[in-house]
Amino acid sequence: MSSFNGEIVLIVAAILFVLGLIGVLTRKNIIFILLSVEIMLNSAGLAFVAAGAKWQQPDGQVMFLFILAMAAAEVSVGLALVLQIYHQHKTLDVDGLKELRD
Amino acid sequence: MPLLAFIPTLPLLGFLVLSLAGRALPKKLIAPIGAGTICIASVITMLLCARFLLTPPADGAYTQTLWQWFNIGSLSVSISLRLDALSLVFVFIITFVGALIHIYSAAFMRQDRDYARFFACMNLFVCSMLVLVMAGNLVLLYLGWEGVGLCSYLLIGFWYETPANSNAANKAFYITRIGDTAMAIGLFLLYKELGTFTIPAILHDAPQAPSYNTLIPLLLLAGAMGKSAQLPLQTWLPDAMAGPSPVSALIHAATMVTAGVYLIARMHVLFQLSPLAMTATAVIGALTLFIAGCSAMVQTDIKRILAYSTISQIGYMFLALGVGAWSAAIFHFFTHAFFKALLFLAAGVVIEALHHEHNIFKMGGLKNKMPVVFLTFLAGAAALAALPLVSAGFYSKDQILWYAWNAANGNAALGSIALAGAFITSFYTTRLLLVVFWGESKTTPAHPPGQPPPIAYRPGPLMTVPLVILGILSLTSGFIEWPHNLLHLTLFSHHVQKTLPATLLKENLPSESAFQVITTLVTLAGIYLAYIVYYRSPASILQWRQSRRMMAIRDFLFDGWKFDALYRTLFVKPFVFITRVNKSDISDRLYNGIAQASLMLNRMVSLSQNGSLRWYIVGVLAGILFIITLQLFT
Repeated sequence: MSSFNGEIVLIVAAILFVLGLIGVLTRKNIIFILLSVEIMLNSAGLAFVAAGAKWQQPDGQVMFLFILAMAAAEVSVGLALVLQIYHQHKTLDVDGLKELRD
Repeated sequence: MPLLAFIPTLPLLGFLVLSLAGRALPKKLIAPIGAGTICIASVITMLLCARFLLTPPADGAYTQTLWQWFNIGSLSVSISLRLDALSLVFVFIITFVGALIHIYSAAFMRQDRDYARFFACMNLFVCSMLVLVMAGNLVLLYLGWEGVGLCSYLLIGFWYETPANSNAANKAFYITRIGDTAMAIGLFLLYKELGTFTIPAILHDAPQAPSYNTLIPLLLLAGAMGKSAQLPLQTWLPDAMAGPSPVSALIHAATMVTAGVYLIARMHVLFQLSPLAMTATAVIGALTLFIAGCSAMVQTDIKRILAYSTISQIGYMFLALGVGAWSAAIFHFFTHAFFKALLFLAAGVVIEALHHEHNIFKMGGLKNKMPVVFLTFLAGAAALAALPLVSAGFYSKDQILWYAWNAANGNAALGSIALAGAFITSFYTTRLLLVVFWGESKTTPAHPPGQPPPIAYRPGPLMTVPLVILGILSLTSGFIEWPHNLLHLTLFSHHVQKTLPATLLKENLPSESAFQVITTLVTLAGIYLAYIVYYRSPASILQWRQSRRMMAIRDFLFDGWKFDALYRTLFVKPFVFITRVNKSDISDRLYNGIAQASLMLNRMVSLSQNGSLRWYIVGVLAGILFIITLQLFT
């Protein structure tokens, strides 16, 4: 196995994370926000895998499996909530959903 | 004397039973408990009286110490009862008149919802009053003193649904409180001076004390003024008539309001040491009897007339105490208790029969319709007007008039005010009698159809028997003490002078008979004037009504010499003004400031709760960045 260059992968992960964050902060549609959250999760997963490869440990890949399972569960709950929100408010715009304010 | 403790304990027992279980008891049981305890106490008192009179105790008093109340340093106060010649008179009146009034109330209050509460309060009152007069030390006396004040408050406000009644109760409580505070300070000073609260020790030590503070009797006098409704604390008594009639009879005529007389007589040594206090007592008594008498002349409410006359008669007692005529004061208390209780009870029947009509000018013509009430009221009125020779009031009031002029402390001014008071008393008594019982019947018999007309209301034996007994006593109880020049029979003063000093007279006295003739003439003149004005030619009243000046005087007297208005402008209004000005003082600002700061912070923090998801994420991000920065740079 040739020498593994972890830095590039970590940079890719960081770029992905920031992209996801920007998506969360700027998108109006809840579904896109959820998508952006997924991107952030995957960037974290990528960082774990990269770290696992660098130190020749299986933990990174185990952690990624956990993240995958968690992301699947989160998306199923999140999408169900999105459906309910659309049902009740007829909109998916986060700026319109401010009922929890003080 | 082990029997002594039973006298106040029985009413206390009645109070406990009635107040704890009163709601559950049937009405048939409440009256026997409420009235029965007092009746038994009265029988015990009479037995004690008989024994006291037949075989007087060696040291002049029966005593019984029940238990130690408390010990603080050198002060040790015990619950000790003491019955000497003076308290015997009071205990006799309280239990005997009290028993009669309780029996009367059993019938009078039968319709009332709070039958048990009424008897509970009345029993507690009798208990407190007995503690007051039987107390062997001043602390116990003060306990009874406050106890009767409490019961007076409870019973004035007995029909508490009407705001006016509650206000009257509050007023009575506040005003007597002024006197009570003065009295408490007086008691503290007394302890500081003499180091004891035991009554015989005080009476014994006071003359030997190296220094004597003349403030003590004056403060005690202030206490007595509050309780006995004397000038300038008299304004509560006319309003106290808001209570039921038996309450007015027992508390606000016969017993409680004379507690001040008892206190002064009890502490007579302290008063004798201070000529200033004696003079103050006499002057207050004289002024009160005149001022209250004038107000009684123009009142239209039957109970207020009697209330003002009570103030006036207690003024006579204070006058007698002030001139050193101790036994005359107690004798007037003795006869006054009978006839004033009688007048109030009879007035209660009249008011009840006329459907709670208090205005005497809407009564009239009751002479033939209520013969028993009329005859007994007549007896009471005769005693109040001091009708010569046949009524008890004559014997007691004549003594006071004589002593006011001729006792060692008396003088012509006091005597002439008392004489004017006698004229006024006979005038308003005759006016009351003529307007209520003679003339035409003025109350419209508005009553629900199917029921007998209210005027046909005949009091049953439970009500008439006390009236008749009191009526007989109003006429005859004076016979135990005759003026010296008529008959040498002085049972009462002989009895009382076992405790109280004899009255000192001036030298070179004028003839007592001449005085009696003058007094008699003055009394008869008052009666005759009232007869002319209110019976023979009532047109003169109408003429007076036309004159604006007469009406102004009448209104002035009607409002009790405007004392209420005076106190309102002097005390109430400034006080209310100050409270309004001082509404936001420093401590208020402090607490309001704290509240305001919290509210502002709350508003600021709740700004962040704006419901925007994006805002929350930024918040989370900022937090994360903060923590990471912290990790990186430390």
